[in-house]
Amino acid sequence: MTEIILSNKALAVNPLKISQPVGASLAFLGLARTMPLEHGARGCASFNKLFFMRHFAEPIALQTTAMDQVTTVIGADDTVVEALATICELNAPEVIGLITTGLSETQGADIPRTIRAFRAAYPSCESVAVVPVNATDAQGCLESGFALAVEAIIASLVPPTPTKVKRPNQVNVLAGSMLTPGDIEAIRDWIEAFGLTAVILPDIADSLDGHMIDAGFSALTYGGTTIEAIQAMGESIATLVIGRSLERAALLLRARTGVPDHHFPGLIGLAACDAFTLALSKISGRPVPPRIERRRSQLQDAMVDCHFPLAGSRIALAADPDLLGGLVHLSAEMGMEVITAIASAKGRGLNTLPIGCVRIGDLEDLERAARDFNADLIITNSHGAPIAARLGIPLLRAGFPLYDVHGGHAQTWVGYGGARQTLFHLANLLAAHHREIAPHRSVFWQGTAREQETGVRPC
Amino acid sequence: MKADDIQALLNEPACTHNAKSKSGCARPRPGATQGGCCFDGARNALLPIADAAHIVHGPIGCAGSSWDNRGTRSSGTDLYRIGMTTDLSEMDVIMGHGERRLFRAIRQAIETYSPAAVFVYATCVPALHGDDYAAVSKEASERFGIPVIPVDAAGFYGNKNLGNRIAGDVVYKHVIGTREPDPVPEAARRPGITPHDINLIGEWNVGGEFWSIAPLLDELSLRVLCCFTGDSRFREVQTMHRAEANMVVCSKAMLHVARRLNEDWSVPYFEGSFYGIRDTSDALRGFAALLNDPDLAARTEAVIAREEARVKLALAPLRARLAGKRALVFTGGYKSWSIVSAMQDLGMVVVATGTEKSTEEDKARIRALMGDDAEMIADNDQHALIDSFHRCRADILVAGDRYIYPTLKSRLPFLDIDHVRRIGYAGYDGMIELARNLDRSLASPVWAQVRAPAPWATDAA
Repeated sequence: MTEIILSNKALAVNPLKISQPVGASLAFLGLARTMPLEHGARGCASFNKLFFMRHFAEPIALQTTAMDQVTTVIGADDTVVEALATICELNAPEVIGLITTGLSETQGADIPRTIRAFRAAYPSCESVAVVPVNATDAQGCLESGFALAVEAIIASLVPPTPTKVKRPNQVNVLAGSMLTPGDIEAIRDWIEAFGLTAVILPDIADSLDGHMIDAGFSALTYGGTTIEAIQAMGESIATLVIGRSLERAALLLRARTGVPDHHFPGLIGLAACDAFTLALSKISGRPVPPRIERRRSQLQDAMVDCHFPLAGSRIALAADPDLLGGLVHLSAEMGMEVITAIASAKGRGLNTLPIGCVRIGDLEDLERAARDFNADLIITNSHGAPIAARLGIPLLRAGFPLYDVHGGHAQTWVGYGGARQTLFHLANLLAAHHREIAPHRSVFWQGTAREQETGVRPC
Repeated sequence: MKADDIQALLNEPACTHNAKSKSGCARPRPGATQGGCCFDGARNALLPIADAAHIVHGPIGCAGSSWDNRGTRSSGTDLYRIGMTTDLSEMDVIMGHGERRLFRAIRQAIETYSPAAVFVYATCVPALHGDDYAAVSKEASERFGIPVIPVDAAGFYGNKNLGNRIAGDVVYKHVIGTREPDPVPEAARRPGITPHDINLIGEWNVGGEFWSIAPLLDELSLRVLCCFTGDSRFREVQTMHRAEANMVVCSKAMLHVARRLNEDWSVPYFEGSFYGIRDTSDALRGFAALLNDPDLAARTEAVIAREEARVKLALAPLRARLAGKRALVFTGGYKSWSIVSAMQDLGMVVVATGTEKSTEEDKARIRALMGDDAEMIADNDQHALIDSFHRCRADILVAGDRYIYPTLKSRLPFLDIDHVRRIGYAGYDGMIELARNLDRSLASPVWAQVRAPAPWATDAA
């Protein structure tokens, strides 16, 4: 049993935690022709939009109800109705994700009632689905906000149907927030290798992978899971749930559809990949394809090759719970020593990780532990860069946000290939920072030519 | 190089096994030969002279795939890491432009990098078409006022060991004895203590491992005139004849340098190793014994007692994990016994050792360490090696880098002790590092994961 240590600091320093509305917005960004609408002050959406733009290097569909002093005090229901109507008129989306924030939650906004008011006032907007999510930022983190939105999407868009498999080759995937667009692409390929097709909810690989469209710019999402696909989830043969954070959403989906589900805490590392591959083989009734066997043996080879630098290396981790769990498991598989694991918030499964304790904390906690316990390497988001620089150790960037590298969002962590690349990254970072024996300068060199010696002058 | 000269180099009277046929004479078996050539050995031996330019005279094959590939480290200049070759073209060969090109190459190296000296390594092609690199080197040396030393070490002359010998011979003839040592700096003198000058012969400073030894030598007031060759400087090599004692560290191939210094300059020498606690302590005692300084001997014992106590403490938890683990040591030459001793210091069982490049004397030492029934593996066939591993029920293979991937592919733990590694294993601290790396490899969870069948394979069965 892993001990969960809660923070007793009054001041969060160098926060690791990202708010729930960001996570909820991200889930909606994985739906097709969608506009996430944050119900709060304009700043909430503005910060979050910039956050996503820098992370994904993409234009981001995100709107705000722009609560002001008056609406905050006397009630903002009208602003919500107005915002919904305006978005319908200007952008003609198929889905609007209506996300509350700390402000509107504190104010006590009654979102379902407001949506009823909107429907009554604007029957012409009937075809636009509005999915409400309560996502105060006074609780949870990006991961839990994302999970709340997935649950809300299922609640709003998946029709309750009797169990009936109409599409024996179709599986559902509930894809947690730790998965990058690169991960989701890999998962789709993985599933398709077994002759199956996948409805991935949400599919940020289709919307935020970074691709050009003929129309050029779009105010809505550039792709993502369609409403039709979501409505057909009840016809699938199985649901694959990736991430402990999505368990409540999975429960709801199963209650709605009766489709049996298979749970995977993560897909990082050999054992996790094997579990997923085995499940796909059983669901499809097909043997594991040779190319997946090959990828598996490539990963094994990389594990052996990289065990020299990785075994015994001291790793400091900080991430949202699901990603943290995946990285802890990968570390354990390689014999890396996790000297500290910081989670942004509580999450399912943290108490069963194969390490002594997990601290709910911030990046100051990470820095302190990394320094005190001589970490060799840090894995966290881009905010870890100055910390790694101060400590003189390398950083492997993972999680949100990644704002100082190109293609961070495109990196694949999952699958045999993703784990293999991660091992190479880790090994290279450690090798570049390998601490060799410090040169000894003899006392007998004093006053000799060797004392003044310098390096090679540049050609 | 004339056949007679090569024969002379292979004849090493200081070797106890000299009566037998010479290892260098054994004809390599075409189609089943591993290991480097004479040029490889010669350049490896001299490359750690860090302030020299090392020019490979030949087509790109010789230097192109091998420059800057050594684990040897420098405390200052890293000129030795700048790859230099004449990159001979077909036209150079046909038209006989090799000599002119070499001369211009030497000039370019000197003008660009101001080396303390230039070593010119002749390779097969110029040796074959008859470039007079000695004459070119002499002329360049006179013209530019910098020592230019030709090393006649064409690959077809023989193996790496012969290359080592050629390098030692060249340096003995052209470099050693051409300068007097600097006076001992006053600031380095300690009251009542006589400093002594020593050389280390055959210490390559792989991964900086000599720096685990050097502070102890400083502490004992043993001034290293030259570490031949690891973190060496040309001007230090020049003064080697003035040492009061020499230690031959690594290589039988370098033994003749010590022997000649003994014959010509009356410098006594001993052979030893810095791998393992016992050997490191014995090496320090070796100097005290040769220098015939009772005060030094007493101070040496004090240092040994302190260091051994410190290391034993640090090793205690690792020894507990390593004790009884079975190692198959497969290395060439002197490492075949020095590493055995280091493993035994850790409480490990050495089940067999390779003797690919070992001399008769090396083998005698192995027998002394492992007993008369010590399994020695002469075959350097990689399949045979893996078979031996299983037959001996070994837990880990300790060998040079050429065996790393066959071993890992066979899903077996491995420890690299080659000269291209970045981790230093010499001395007391090196022993801790060695133990740590052995433990990491043996205890790594990857082995179970790569040996187990895929879950669906078990399922089907």
